[in-house]
Amino acid sequence: MIKGILARQIFNSHQDESVPVFMIRPSKGLIALDLRELWQYRELLYILIWRDIKVRYKQTAIGAAWAVIQPFFAMVVFSLFFGQLAKIPSEGLPYPIFAYSALLPWHFFAKALTEASTSLVANERVITKVYFPRLLVPTAVVLAGLLDFGIAFLILIGMMFFYGIMPSWPVLTIPFFLLLALMTALGVSFWLSALDVEYRDVRYTLPFLTQLWLFATPVVYPSTIVPQAWRALYGLNPMVGVIEGFRWALLGSAPPYSIMLAVSGVAVALVFMSGLIYFRRMERTLADRI
Amino acid sequence: MSDIAIRVENLSKLYRIGPRERYRALRNILTDTMYAPFRRIRSTFQRSNVQTGERSNDNYIWALRDVSFEVQRGEVVGIIGRNGAGKTTLLKILSRITEPTEGYAEIHGRVGSLLEVGTGFHPELTGRENIYLNGAILGMRKAEIDKKFDEIVAFAEIEKFLDTPVKRYSSGMYVRLAFAVAAHLDPEILLVDEVLAVGDAAFQKKCLGKMGEVAACGRTVLFVSHNMVAVQTLCGRAYWLDAGRVNACGPVNEVVTRYLRSGLAEDNASERVWPDMATAPGNETVRLRRVAVMPEDGKPGDVITMQTPLRIEVEYWNLLPAVHLHATLHVYNDQGIIAFTTGAGVEPDPVLHVQPPAGLFRSVCHIPGNLLNSGFHRVTLLLVRGKREATYRLNDAIGFEVIDNRERKFAWYGREPGVLQPALRWDTELIQAHQN
Repeated sequence: MIKGILARQIFNSHQDESVPVFMIRPSKGLIALDLRELWQYRELLYILIWRDIKVRYKQTAIGAAWAVIQPFFAMVVFSLFFGQLAKIPSEGLPYPIFAYSALLPWHFFAKALTEASTSLVANERVITKVYFPRLLVPTAVVLAGLLDFGIAFLILIGMMFFYGIMPSWPVLTIPFFLLLALMTALGVSFWLSALDVEYRDVRYTLPFLTQLWLFATPVVYPSTIVPQAWRALYGLNPMVGVIEGFRWALLGSAPPYSIMLAVSGVAVALVFMSGLIYFRRMERTLADRI
Repeated sequence: MSDIAIRVENLSKLYRIGPRERYRALRNILTDTMYAPFRRIRSTFQRSNVQTGERSNDNYIWALRDVSFEVQRGEVVGIIGRNGAGKTTLLKILSRITEPTEGYAEIHGRVGSLLEVGTGFHPELTGRENIYLNGAILGMRKAEIDKKFDEIVAFAEIEKFLDTPVKRYSSGMYVRLAFAVAAHLDPEILLVDEVLAVGDAAFQKKCLGKMGEVAACGRTVLFVSHNMVAVQTLCGRAYWLDAGRVNACGPVNEVVTRYLRSGLAEDNASERVWPDMATAPGNETVRLRRVAVMPEDGKPGDVITMQTPLRIEVEYWNLLPAVHLHATLHVYNDQGIIAFTTGAGVEPDPVLHVQPPAGLFRSVCHIPGNLLNSGFHRVTLLLVRGKREATYRLNDAIGFEVIDNRERKFAWYGREPGVLQPALRWDTELIQAHQN
């Protein structure tokens, strides 16, 4: 364990002041997750999020409208080709809103991955000159995506009015599924951003990865087309629980198959924890390898 | 408790160098994995902390090796050394940017590290926004930045440009803003790496002044620099790092002197000798034998301060009889500006001038103390025939460093401007007292 005596209060007899002491040693073995340190640096996290958001749409013509355009046009194209022409079932709901309600969290996830995976390398200058928990870098990028999510969500509400869909009590579980989406995005981002530093292949495989992942997730189709026997295995994809959960909570479609949901939930927790641990391990040699 | 701010014990850092494949291919990973069990067996018989793929020593370098020292609270300590000595690595370890390979460091207090100015500046954001961004990255809380905001802007002198994106700033403005934020960092321990060499002369003066203030306030400062004058001005003690090890430590003037004396490269030597006339520099009229600079009552290599009277000795073979040859020196300062020229022919020796024989001559030039400014000086030697025909010229024949070891108070920082720094006499008297 790191012999981190972080913020141990030592009372100085001369100045009657408490002075934090820190030991810097080569770390061996398991790494402490040191979440308290993350909390201490929370102001920096807010600033990094603010920076990412501010910079994102500077000097663009339509600014925040970009947050809506991607999921919206994806919905239009999917509705045409998957809904109308391929006639993919949509559990009794109009296909556009069926797709859009899934595209929303999906887009948040995919964007988070794409931006976070290169985030460490992009911030190389800062990382090699100042100390702060490097975990803040991909975290800020992922959290900054929540703003876009929020804007696109407003459009979803508009669409719900348009289709006359009134949500009932499941809508209260939205925060839970949102948290699930966040944890998935963070977990995978931790993995990808740490890997990208050492193996730059990661950024090149990403478009390909997100494409495949999209089709492995029930965005354009309902999970009911997966045969019952296979649904538990299908649930290993952490995004399955998120997407089906969202759809159920907002649109009142059939509740997701419980075992599938449970497996998915566990998958999310595993991805998040493993991502966190891997990142913390890689963090100590990050400045030397970046 | 103790008054120690930093304690470092056997700190070492190993880096891998050489053909570093930043991009590791699958093939390498597979071969590495296959050989892993054999490596494990081998490493148990070898004392090594580093698990490596290739065990060649050429691929590794100890950037720091067994560095140990202590810094008391409130001390300002200088770290000097050549490029690549390990100074920045030391600061990086103390800033927790990178981990040591061996040893440990104990830090008492909040650390602010200034390894670079403008860390994190984003060109699209305005000056105001970047102050908050840079301040947060350096470790200031928002409340702290709010409080010091006006001071920072005033120091940087960019009131009018606060709301312009930083990418539109001139490089001078950029650097002033960057330093202004960094200068208002308020940690207990400050680690500074060469960041004072930014901006124009007026701004540098401000920066050094601010550093001096910070030091005088009782902060502990570790100051890495190549600017010997700044180091001598700000620091009380210094450490000389060479190839990752501590070569010398002690009062700053001593360490700086030792460093400068040893660090002089071949063509900046204080003495050069060519005993063999056949291979000595020169032509058919004259050959140089020796040129050397030293304090008036010392030998080449001794310390020369601003007060020390110097002598420059030139020995040469005059190959042709009845030729009036005399030595001339052009002395340049470290900016390449010529300080003065002086020649033996100005006041020729009455005896030798009439009928100079062929043979080995020695000319000695006496330069008084309290004339030259501090800094490194280079001497170009000319051997002149008659009134003005330069028969032979040797550029940068020798060099010497003039050290400023006058008493310093925290009033003025940096070298006094000017090529010369003569100690002149001033007379001040009261002419008439005012009646109230």
